[in-house]
Amino acid sequence: MPGETTLPAEAAPRLPALPAWLRARPEYLLSPLALLAVLLLWQGVVRSGLVSVYVLPAPSDILAALAEGLQSGLFLRHGLVTLSEAATGFAAAVGAGLLIGALIAEVRFLERAVYPYLVAIQTMPKIALAPLLVVWFGFGPMSKIAVATIIAFFPMLVTTIAGLRDTNQGRLDVLRALGASPWRCFIAAKLPGALPHIFSGLAIAVIFCMTGAIVGEFVGATAGLGYLIVQANARMNIPQVFAILLVLGVIGVLAYAGIQGLRRRVLFWDKS
Amino acid sequence: MSTVLEAARPAIATPRAAPLIAVRELSKVYPTAKGERVQALSHIALDIAEGEFVSLVGPSGCGKTTVLRILAGLIGDYAGSVAVRGRAHCGPSREVGVVFQDANLMPWRTALANVLLPAEVLRLKGQEARAKELLAMVGLAGFERKLPGELSGGMRQRVAIARALLHDPALLLLDEPFGALDAMTRDTMNVELARIAAASRKTVFLITHSIAEAVFLSDRVLVMSPRPGRIVEEIAIDLPKPRGLDIIADRRFADTVVRIRRLLDGEGTAQLPSIAH
Repeated sequence: MPGETTLPAEAAPRLPALPAWLRARPEYLLSPLALLAVLLLWQGVVRSGLVSVYVLPAPSDILAALAEGLQSGLFLRHGLVTLSEAATGFAAAVGAGLLIGALIAEVRFLERAVYPYLVAIQTMPKIALAPLLVVWFGFGPMSKIAVATIIAFFPMLVTTIAGLRDTNQGRLDVLRALGASPWRCFIAAKLPGALPHIFSGLAIAVIFCMTGAIVGEFVGATAGLGYLIVQANARMNIPQVFAILLVLGVIGVLAYAGIQGLRRRVLFWDKS
Repeated sequence: MSTVLEAARPAIATPRAAPLIAVRELSKVYPTAKGERVQALSHIALDIAEGEFVSLVGPSGCGKTTVLRILAGLIGDYAGSVAVRGRAHCGPSREVGVVFQDANLMPWRTALANVLLPAEVLRLKGQEARAKELLAMVGLAGFERKLPGELSGGMRQRVAIARALLHDPALLLLDEPFGALDAMTRDTMNVELARIAAASRKTVFLITHSIAEAVFLSDRVLVMSPRPGRIVEEIAIDLPKPRGLDIIADRRFADTVVRIRRLLDGEGTAQLPSIAH
């Protein structure tokens, strides 16, 4: 009989109706809930005395320190110092990385002469140069710019070289068959084709230059968020240290998002 | 043989009019990584007359792409002589437009901007209208602003053909232009190519390993031997033009395809009584 084979329409247990956006992207609700749960647990653990407040301050204390730092203008003043150091270092690293990367990728004898050394330097932790650079360039912003430049330079260099080496030979054949000059080939095919790699380099460099500026400030400075962290640490003002880390995190996320936004505009054609 | 196909000619083409392209004693040796020398081409001679559609068929690795790259000016280091309209040809030339196996479009340029690329390189002004006409001729009117990533493989190859024609070259070189397309698209593109070649009145030199494609499109088919590449046979295709896909059912078409097939299968000219005359 046909009636026996059909299942009852209301057999499945019904969930309460969720809005469509939530059904499509449940993480929009789940991630904030997870964060809230962790913060509550953290607050509970610290308040119960299981962990010393000097080791791990309560989230509420961190938020208070953050509000205080933002309201007094302290974070803004030092943040601008660090940001300008990092931005200058970023610009220098990007410029130098693109130029030297292009020269190494395009000029065969330069590649043979210089590339082994660059690989050797690449394996060295550049951050270890920070104390030396402070000796060379002093306690002002110049030494921080130098550290930021050096550690952001290498990802730019390596990705520029990789991108230019990855050139699509077929596109070059099209240009060469038209008698295009090497410069025209570079501008019309190689450089645009290298941009996906170069943008990977920019995303790394924008984070690295912040790290460089902070480390430079750790070693010796009179201003900046890195300087502020060292000061707060020395005074055992741990909530302020955490608050500054939060500020640095936000700056990092914004800088990275800025690069990705630029990438979407420039690499509108790159679907990967 | 009682077909309308001409009997085999000598391997050196007999020019009907003053040839657009004249190749004599063309040889090419490649050095290998081990320091050996590989003879890619051996004493190639061919003529291509103005307005002719000539195909070069041969097995993979026989050096047919090397011939095309020399004609395109992408390989300048060879022995022998290559002349375009009687003038020695060594290096890229405005007389030549090339379509490769891959469309090789710049993915960051729109279809129209890709077609205009030769105008930028050769510093030709005011070519927009012509570029649009060419896109319309290859059946892409209305697709001017699309990016290559938004086009199908066949459409990208149409853009590449329009680009190769922009600077109005005398000779259009095609290196297996539809080799990367599926069989049905390929058939369509071949009909289109025949139409475009007739409409643009270009001299066309096509490299392919599809015998049917060569016979369908060409006035003459040159058959190349495996390495070292030599031209072993030249077959004139006297099927009436324009040809539609229904010509595949024509007996003469089938006979010619079989004949070339046998040549390529290495049975050699001497063993084929119908050709060794």
